[in-house]
Amino acid sequence: MTTARLKTWLWIHKWSSLVCTVFMLLLCLTGLPLIFHHEIGHLLGTEAEAPELPAGTPRADLDRVLDAARERAPSKVVQFMSQEIDDDRFWYVTLGDTPLDDDHQKTVAVDARSAAVLAEPKFDEGFMYVMFKLHVDLFAGLPGTLFLGLMGLLLVVAIVSGVVLYAPFMRKLAFGEVRRGGAPRTRWLDLHNLLGAVTLVWAFVVGLTGVINTLGEPLFKLWQATEVSEMIAPYKGQPAPATLGSMQRAWEGAQALEPQMRVRFVAFPGTAFSSEHHYTIFMRGGTPLTARLLKPVLVDAQTAKVTDSRNLPWYLTALLVSQPLHFGDYGGMAMKIVWALLDILTIIVLGSGLYLWWGKRKRPLEQALADLGLAGAEAGR
Amino acid sequence: MKPFSIFTSPMWRWPAWLGLLTAIGLVAALIVDGWPDLLSSLALGLPVAVGAWYGWCRPQAAADTYRY
Repeated sequence: MTTARLKTWLWIHKWSSLVCTVFMLLLCLTGLPLIFHHEIGHLLGTEAEAPELPAGTPRADLDRVLDAARERAPSKVVQFMSQEIDDDRFWYVTLGDTPLDDDHQKTVAVDARSAAVLAEPKFDEGFMYVMFKLHVDLFAGLPGTLFLGLMGLLLVVAIVSGVVLYAPFMRKLAFGEVRRGGAPRTRWLDLHNLLGAVTLVWAFVVGLTGVINTLGEPLFKLWQATEVSEMIAPYKGQPAPATLGSMQRAWEGAQALEPQMRVRFVAFPGTAFSSEHHYTIFMRGGTPLTARLLKPVLVDAQTAKVTDSRNLPWYLTALLVSQPLHFGDYGGMAMKIVWALLDILTIIVLGSGLYLWWGKRKRPLEQALADLGLAGAEAGR
Repeated sequence: MKPFSIFTSPMWRWPAWLGLLTAIGLVAALIVDGWPDLLSSLALGLPVAVGAWYGWCRPQAAADTYRY
């Protein structure tokens, strides 16, 4: 690498990191409790807990489940019902003042076997909510999310430029060598290089999938505007049904179409993911990967007939595949712990990078290169 | 540079193998449920262990003998 090239890469690494580091530190810190959000929710008692019932206990009629939820909010309408991937013992039923209302939503957890109300969890308050909002949109909605996506993109640039710089910086050192005798700066430089190298692929994947996740809302909007509107086109202009048909029968219709799949999420008529005439039932598969992919089945809300079903477009498949790779929630508790440790190592990489810049920020670049023995000569290969 | 030579070059072999291991760990538990969970945790955990060992645990004397 020539000195000019090296300078360019140093400039790219310095500025891409500097701009995003404060936000990345925030994301790493808030992400840490989010890795364990289920466990923390159980500890805090904010998560629904379904009782153990004998295996094979029959499941309650879905209309009974919905009625139980409606009783808790008689003035509201059901917007969605959903089930966790790893716990099918209860349903979350989300209600709002209107189908599109997202300011006064209420969630009721209903036992999927007994149709008894288990809890009315509040997802918009408390410590975990603050962590979640800081991590996802900085309390600034979609612009906040997209801004964090841009910062994530800078992290990816910082990682790539860091890899390019690894060779000239490690030219005279063995892998993992941390010089402890001299200046603290030397030690932190070596630690930065070592921990950057061992977390490289993980940080790259989590960074990139995080960026993809920030595009979730626009991508779903795009899908609604294109494929969903195509699927519901035959119903255009028809008056909305006055009463809704049975959800249980709609589910049976979807299940008959996809007997191997299970329900992940149902969007009720008039909500963002459906039409005024349909239950949109999002089915999922059974392996860790396919459980996170969705297949929408449109069911006529009055006749309970399946009217359309398509695979998700590639961009939503990419989004859904990128979610577990960002969350680290697909390999049990051991994976969550390792995810947290990798997160902590990344915090050290970010912090040491900041320290390295702060200590020598007033020094000319030529001086810095000379100290590394890189000035004027061919640096590395 | 020959293909795959990053897996043998003195400078790159460690980061390259650890990176490959990380990639295997990320994918294994995603594709199959059950025992790959453990494989994934080990594959992702080894880079953490390597980082911790060289970063904080290895005695300085051992580090010096490796210098070249």
